[in-house]
Amino acid sequence: MKPLYEPTEGLLPVDTSYCAGCGHGVAHKIIMSCIEEKGRLGDTIGVSPIGCSVVAHQFMNVEMCESAHGRAPAVATGIKRVHPNHLVFSYQGDGDLASIGVTEVVHAAVRGEKITTFFINNAIYGMTGGQMSPTTLIGQRSTTSIDGRKPEINGIPIRMSELLATIDGAAYIERVALNTPANIRKAKKAVMNALEVQEKGLGFSLVEFISTCPTNWGLTPVDSLKWAAENMIPYYPLGVFKDTRGDEK
Amino acid sequence: MSEKVLMKGNEAFCEAAIRGGCRFYVGYPITPQSEIPEYMSHEMPKRGGTFVQSESELGSINISYGIACAGGNVFVSSASPGIALMQEGMSFACSAEVPIVILNVSRSGPGIGGIQPAQADYFQVTRGGGNGDYKIPVFAPSTMQEAIDIIYNSFEIADQLRNPVIILADGMMGQMMEPVVLPEEKQPYKTEAEITKYKPWALTGTKNKDHRNRIVSYWAKPEELEHHIIHLFEKYAKAEKELVRYETIGAEDPEIVFVAFGTMARIVAEVIEILNNEGIKAGMIRPISLWPFPKAPFEALSPEKTKVVISTELSMGQLLADVENSVQGRIPTRLINRVGGIVPTTNEILERAKKILGELK
Repeated sequence: MKPLYEPTEGLLPVDTSYCAGCGHGVAHKIIMSCIEEKGRLGDTIGVSPIGCSVVAHQFMNVEMCESAHGRAPAVATGIKRVHPNHLVFSYQGDGDLASIGVTEVVHAAVRGEKITTFFINNAIYGMTGGQMSPTTLIGQRSTTSIDGRKPEINGIPIRMSELLATIDGAAYIERVALNTPANIRKAKKAVMNALEVQEKGLGFSLVEFISTCPTNWGLTPVDSLKWAAENMIPYYPLGVFKDTRGDEK
Repeated sequence: MSEKVLMKGNEAFCEAAIRGGCRFYVGYPITPQSEIPEYMSHEMPKRGGTFVQSESELGSINISYGIACAGGNVFVSSASPGIALMQEGMSFACSAEVPIVILNVSRSGPGIGGIQPAQADYFQVTRGGGNGDYKIPVFAPSTMQEAIDIIYNSFEIADQLRNPVIILADGMMGQMMEPVVLPEEKQPYKTEAEITKYKPWALTGTKNKDHRNRIVSYWAKPEELEHHIIHLFEKYAKAEKELVRYETIGAEDPEIVFVAFGTMARIVAEVIEILNNEGIKAGMIRPISLWPFPKAPFEALSPEKTKVVISTELSMGQLLADVENSVQGRIPTRLINRVGGIVPTTNEILERAKKILGELK
């Protein structure tokens, strides 16, 4: 009998430390099952960030290192330069990638580093307890914007995928969401595409996942999925922003 | 093969690294070390190596950390404010036990500073600057040949200690030309099998291995973190015994002892010669390792014979602090210094030293 659902060898059979309803678990599963399907678990190296997913290496069944806050794309650059035929990825949240680590991710793309960045955007700092991040929405409440983010004080949320897609060294940029089974299937396809771009050596690739943080949003897991659909996706539209596959001669 | 060649300091530093088996260099332009990324950019590809020009010194140290995690021998260089930016990464690399060889061709800070010779980064490199409890061996060569030998051997020291190593030079050393003998080129190990053999902890992927490597800095439980820090300091205690290096020159039982390293030690050597010719017994303790700081030659000084120990430095008494620590009040200590990029002449040091001797009599 064909099983309908199976765990991936890409994830270790342990409980994660993530909160109920957090998107990290789903994102981990998607990414690691893609690497498993490609038969690359043995020669993949990952870089975890500072944030809730600093411990991703406790769950992801590949060799990994931790990196300083925001610096994961620089670290991944170094690893890829030593092992150019390995799959190398960084896994980062919105505080890590879109705030303190903007320089590193932009210049990894500028250099056309053949790495893949998985960007988990839940519009808030999770590990430090719910402070405003660069992707916190206008009006969204956080512990450093208790009356809601105000553009005149806090600026306007940054769209990293659109920004990175303007860089010629970026070969694949797509934004996906984790809020419905249909979106999760699309997310998996995006991860496969990004890894294919890396395997072909076309340049920098990134998949942004619109995720959830029920704990710091102050919502139930189910309401978080609804909130992401109603508030985040309209501001952060899903889709492919860059795909250079087919351009190669 | 080992013939004498005339080389500019910054280029000699590069050759020493390449011949020491380094095939990865990361850098960002900053004076007075910009010839280093320039030299590496054309030389590394020719020698089968990799050159990366980073977007900042934060990029430099973190790309280097990635290279080192993956098992590559990596060399990174900068100057004072660039080194300040790198110190986040140095603390991280110490914590994660990752070897990186770092060269500081220092400026005359604080702030922007100048490009002329100074030793004002003494505390920066010997006292950390990054967060937390960690130590980094620091070597301060005084001649180009010594710089070459130190850089050449630093990769092995860093690998054995699984920790960064710093070489401290200055604008004088970076820019001057001296005849040097270049050491024989070590063959770098580049294949996965070689990396796994020599650096079993490095990230090469789980295939062809019976275990999964992880390089971490985060310890969730205080008991685990304390255990890890104690482990680091057991390594540092061993390094303190094995890596301490210094030279003593001048008269036996000197009445005046100078302490100087790097560029200053070259000038002080002349001062000692003049004093000894004049019948004043003078000597010098020249620390080559700044951490671990050589304490033994200070313990060997006799308060009956030595009237004063003078820290001779291009900073505001930073070296003096370690001199005082080592002398422990047994002998009077004094400071002769210039800062801001000014290097005192032999005569200036001579006169100031004689004045100090006169005041003590």
